[in-house]
Amino acid sequence: MTTSTGSTTAAAPVTTPSRSVRSAKPRGPRTWVAGALANTVTAVIGVLFLVPLLWVVFAAFNADAGLKLSWPGSGFSLDNFRAVMTPETTYRPMWNGLVLCVSSSAIAMVVATLAAYPLSRFETRYKRPFLLTILFSTGLPITAIMVPVYGLFVQLNLVDTLSGTIAFMATTALPIAIFLMKNFMDGVPITLEEAAWTDGASSMQTLRHVVLPLMWPGLSVVLIFTFIGQWGNFFIPFVLLLSPDQLPASVSIFTFFGQYGSVQWGQLAAYSVLYTLPVVLLYLLLSRRLGGAFTFGGALKG
Amino acid sequence: MATITRPSPGAPAGGELRRRTHPVRVDIARALPLTPAVLLLLVFLAGPILWCVYAAFTNIALTGAGSGDTQFVGLANFREAFSSKDFANSVVLTLVFTVLSAVVGQNLLGLALALLQKRAAPVVRALVGATVIGAWVIPEVVAGYLWYAFLAQDGTLNEIIGGLGLSQNWLYTLPIVAVSLANVWRGTAFSMLVYNAALSEIPAEIEEAAEMDGATGWGRLRHVTIPMIRRTVTTNLMLITLQTLSVFGLIYTMTKGGPGTKSQTLPLYMYEQAFSFSQIGYGTAIALVLLVVGAVFSLVYMRLLREDG
Repeated sequence: MTTSTGSTTAAAPVTTPSRSVRSAKPRGPRTWVAGALANTVTAVIGVLFLVPLLWVVFAAFNADAGLKLSWPGSGFSLDNFRAVMTPETTYRPMWNGLVLCVSSSAIAMVVATLAAYPLSRFETRYKRPFLLTILFSTGLPITAIMVPVYGLFVQLNLVDTLSGTIAFMATTALPIAIFLMKNFMDGVPITLEEAAWTDGASSMQTLRHVVLPLMWPGLSVVLIFTFIGQWGNFFIPFVLLLSPDQLPASVSIFTFFGQYGSVQWGQLAAYSVLYTLPVVLLYLLLSRRLGGAFTFGGALKG
Repeated sequence: MATITRPSPGAPAGGELRRRTHPVRVDIARALPLTPAVLLLLVFLAGPILWCVYAAFTNIALTGAGSGDTQFVGLANFREAFSSKDFANSVVLTLVFTVLSAVVGQNLLGLALALLQKRAAPVVRALVGATVIGAWVIPEVVAGYLWYAFLAQDGTLNEIIGGLGLSQNWLYTLPIVAVSLANVWRGTAFSMLVYNAALSEIPAEIEEAAEMDGATGWGRLRHVTIPMIRRTVTTNLMLITLQTLSVFGLIYTMTKGGPGTKSQTLPLYMYEQAFSFSQIGYGTAIALVLLVVGAVFSLVYMRLLREDG
């Protein structure tokens, strides 16, 4: 990690790994056995990961689903989906979740982009301490801050307000977003901007029309990262929101089905599928546009 | 962390010179886009942390008997915590959970998957990669329910091993192992992606040279591959440890910390004390302990990144 590799690390997330490694190797019986072994072990691990996941899919389409993994077969029906797709159970929590998630991700993205630009482009004596503070706060356990945040929200009268929750959720996403965004921005060569500056463009115009269009793979990585984190976030809305009609999907799934008495497991599974779908779709959409290889390994190393 | 310790590659050359020549108002204008970020971070991150440091030394309660009558109690909250059996229990459980699920589980399984994927056929690699990442993308509450269903008395695991006579409700008999397993399942994708990236940067010639010299698979792994990705290993360990320290939703949906307090890690203990028992002062003291542990890990992590340069 020297300075000269700054641009390559920022570009790393879009490159497909390990093509060169699998170059011309002698193909003897030993490598064949090794290959078969690797395939088998990988597949076995894959199956172990798949089995718990299958339950939710099978149970969702099974009218009388239990906790056991079983093929719906003759019990196949969409009754579970019909039962949960009501305003109180699905539509409102999903809408609330969407409002929370989209607004906080949008705020985090805009604020992080604005902050990353001067950090990437200019040298001031405050830059290093600021970046170190940002890096430090990416490591703080947000869970631990929830008790003091609740205390603070009580005193500011922000408990059970959407705006307060959105602002806090956006803030928790900020440190890592700024950090990743700055690294991706470092990968955009400055020469193009200097041309735009000479033509009289302001730095904000340059950011919008020159820099951002050149770093959309980086932007999508940060967006996926932020959005998935917010959509799945349980603890923040669980603590900060109280009224049932404001709760997002992540919390209402828990309050609707949380008491393990006579749970309708099929309905819970159907609801889980509906709640999981948006992030999976977003992930597929963006990772496909990134060439199928979504890693942020390069950005992680700085 | 070269980008922090040295001028970033994208920055204009001769920044030193420009700093001295341009007037202060240019500095201010350039720092202007930072204001929203600074404001949000001050109000919603630095604010709560400072409040935490204050409240941990008081008997503050937001509702009930003690509210409105907040007093400084010195180290009483910490003395109470360090002499409490439940606190000690949750510290031990947090350690077990972190070592079992992050340091051993996610880390080793992620590395193994990354190594195996290099040798596996493209189809196997793509399918298994997608499944593992799928487990990572789904929300943690859903993951909690999935694993509840998998491990419960009449769940899938007992169905599979039914013939062996080992059938039991794993969430009652081995709660901390059960939640650790679920966390391995959910978090391995992160380590896998990190190691995938690191392994792809090892030049092919080095491994081929080792192979020519007759190094066995294990020898190559121990003496060539691992030393070359050593820094990635430490970085990854720090990051997944920090993530695992703050896991709440997964454990809460699976066991609520129970049975009794048998899977009550620090975040769940803190939640119970602060919100179920309304002891905000005591809860913030525990939060402060968690924050300090997180801060130490975070500092070590920054240190490692800097040496990277």
